[in-house]
Amino acid sequence: MAAYVIRRMWQMIPTLAGVILLIFFLFNWVGGDPAQVLAGKISNPEQIANIRKQLGVDQPYWYQLWVFVQQVFTFDFGRSWSTNEEVSKILLTRVGPTLTIMVPVLVIETLLAVAFAIMVAYVRGSLTDRAIMVICTTAMSISFLVYIIFAQWLFGFKLGWFPVQGWSESFWRNLTNYAPLPVMLAIFVGLAPQLRLYRSFFLEEIHQDYVRTARAKGLPEKQVMMKHVLRNALIPILTNVGIYLPGLFVGSFLLEVFFSIPGLGREIVTAVNRSDFPVIKAVTVYLAMLTMFINLLVDVLYKLVDPRVSFK
Amino acid sequence: MSAVLPKHIPVVRQASPGLWALAWKRLLADRVGMISLAVVVAFLSMMLASYAGLIAKDWSKERGVSYANPSFMAGAENLEAREVTHRDFGTQAKPVDLSDIDPLAPRYKEWEERAAKIAVTEVKRAETLPFGGDKWGRDVLEKAIKGSEVSIFVGLTAALFATIIGTILGAMAGYWGGKVNDLLEWFYNIFTSIPYILLILAFAAVFKKGLDTIIVILALTGWTGIYRLVRAEYIKHCGREYVKAAQAIGASHLSRMFVHILPNASHVILVQLSQHVVQFIKAEVILSFLGLGVPVDMVSWGTMLAEAQNELVIGKWWQLVAAGASMAFLVTAFSMLTDSLRDALDPKLK
Repeated sequence: MAAYVIRRMWQMIPTLAGVILLIFFLFNWVGGDPAQVLAGKISNPEQIANIRKQLGVDQPYWYQLWVFVQQVFTFDFGRSWSTNEEVSKILLTRVGPTLTIMVPVLVIETLLAVAFAIMVAYVRGSLTDRAIMVICTTAMSISFLVYIIFAQWLFGFKLGWFPVQGWSESFWRNLTNYAPLPVMLAIFVGLAPQLRLYRSFFLEEIHQDYVRTARAKGLPEKQVMMKHVLRNALIPILTNVGIYLPGLFVGSFLLEVFFSIPGLGREIVTAVNRSDFPVIKAVTVYLAMLTMFINLLVDVLYKLVDPRVSFK
Repeated sequence: MSAVLPKHIPVVRQASPGLWALAWKRLLADRVGMISLAVVVAFLSMMLASYAGLIAKDWSKERGVSYANPSFMAGAENLEAREVTHRDFGTQAKPVDLSDIDPLAPRYKEWEERAAKIAVTEVKRAETLPFGGDKWGRDVLEKAIKGSEVSIFVGLTAALFATIIGTILGAMAGYWGGKVNDLLEWFYNIFTSIPYILLILAFAAVFKKGLDTIIVILALTGWTGIYRLVRAEYIKHCGREYVKAAQAIGASHLSRMFVHILPNASHVILVQLSQHVVQFIKAEVILSFLGLGVPVDMVSWGTMLAEAQNELVIGKWWQLVAAGASMAFLVTAFSMLTDSLRDALDPKLK
């Protein structure tokens, strides 16, 4: 087990190096001269040279790359180009609101999707099953934007059940007052594709021989479904949740933009609009690292769910 | 021995239907698949007609009053349009007489006369439009048609490019294996270790805005899934007898990769292509909404939704419905067509 984890960590190094190279290539090469962007329209060559020196982009590329690598490992990306705030501080303050929204979404959505999927899979082929699948397909084809715009208008503006948008200092107030509408929206939109996917996972298991054996033994249906089928279907479900996990930190940037939630997602969109490269670079590198660790964590979790898995 | 063989053996060859003929036959039998295919073809021809200027050519003409009502609710009050009219021609309070202190006062009369000489053609603006108007009185229906042109074009081209990149890289990795495979797997790991949305935004941050840019971004970030599947197909096919036979008759590597193996992996690629079109149409709408997509002078479903957000508050729902519904129709049909395609091409499934 320990040997497996160490070997996996070892394998992360080339990938991480590649991520750093890709980001460096994008922002220091393709991105062009940031001084032109920052200096704005009224700028003389002297000013531009000055800004270039401040940012360090007048240095040769190998030196810039070295600086970038140092930044990654010292968690010090300097200051934002547009607000002059420290990048590390921006990131730390923005994670909270994003998680306030996304953790409830992930937990509730997964539980609901698993519960519905096992029910639908149990009555597979029936009218209920087919009706739910058609509803899911149709619901999935409507743009997330349309749902947000409509729900914000209906529940926030017309009915006034929730605040249209906003955020406060107090965590509790955020959770009970500002978060419910975005959370409900995210669950509503995410449920359909997950339900469809998990249903197919359950269907795959229901046809297996061990299910027939369990029934033949005379086990009650409830036990067959909840103990045998559910436990086996948990493996692909876990993988799927693992794929979603890194996205938890980006949050649903659309929701954050619409509901003025000061989270990471909105920060990234703002940074992209303002060409605030340090912020985007930092977020991308750290999220890539996080993704790699989460993938490792999921692989280790397999072992807990499925004793047949062995670490080679 | 050979002398006794007859020169002409009458060969009756029953041409057995190929994969595509069989798949087409299965698709024809699939009612849902045919309906979705018809919807998709209808949308594509609408897009082509709009591109050729046959329909929705004058989408940018401001023909109606501001936020003109849809024809079917002609009686509804249109406060916004009335407000504009009142501001321009309505009764205004008599202005305070300032002629004593206004240095320009003596010339007002002269200016008024000169202004009167200039002919102003008053455009008669329609009170209602078939499906309502936007803020500038443009027909929402025509706008949605024009918008479909951009959205579908982006989705199709980006998916095509992503498929080409993914197929070529996947073929190389699967066929050559070894060092090439290691290198490409490294690329794959890099691209998939960054959350997809973040990857798109990072690319969007460094490229200039424009229609071609979105296509490039979506293609450069979206190839990974196709790469993985094509690679698996190539690994599977590489050791098969027919490839060995091709090698024996002297087919080059390129020929073996793309003439012999590719047709056998094409069903996977086609389904992926179709899936990615849907995915990219959705992505384009979101990018355009955020202002990272199409330029301001163009219209896409995403920019329409961006406008619709503010219109809904004043009760003008038609733009939201026009853009949202046309997108939903196309995406539903395309997804169902993809499912049917998969069933038709791979009967072993299910």
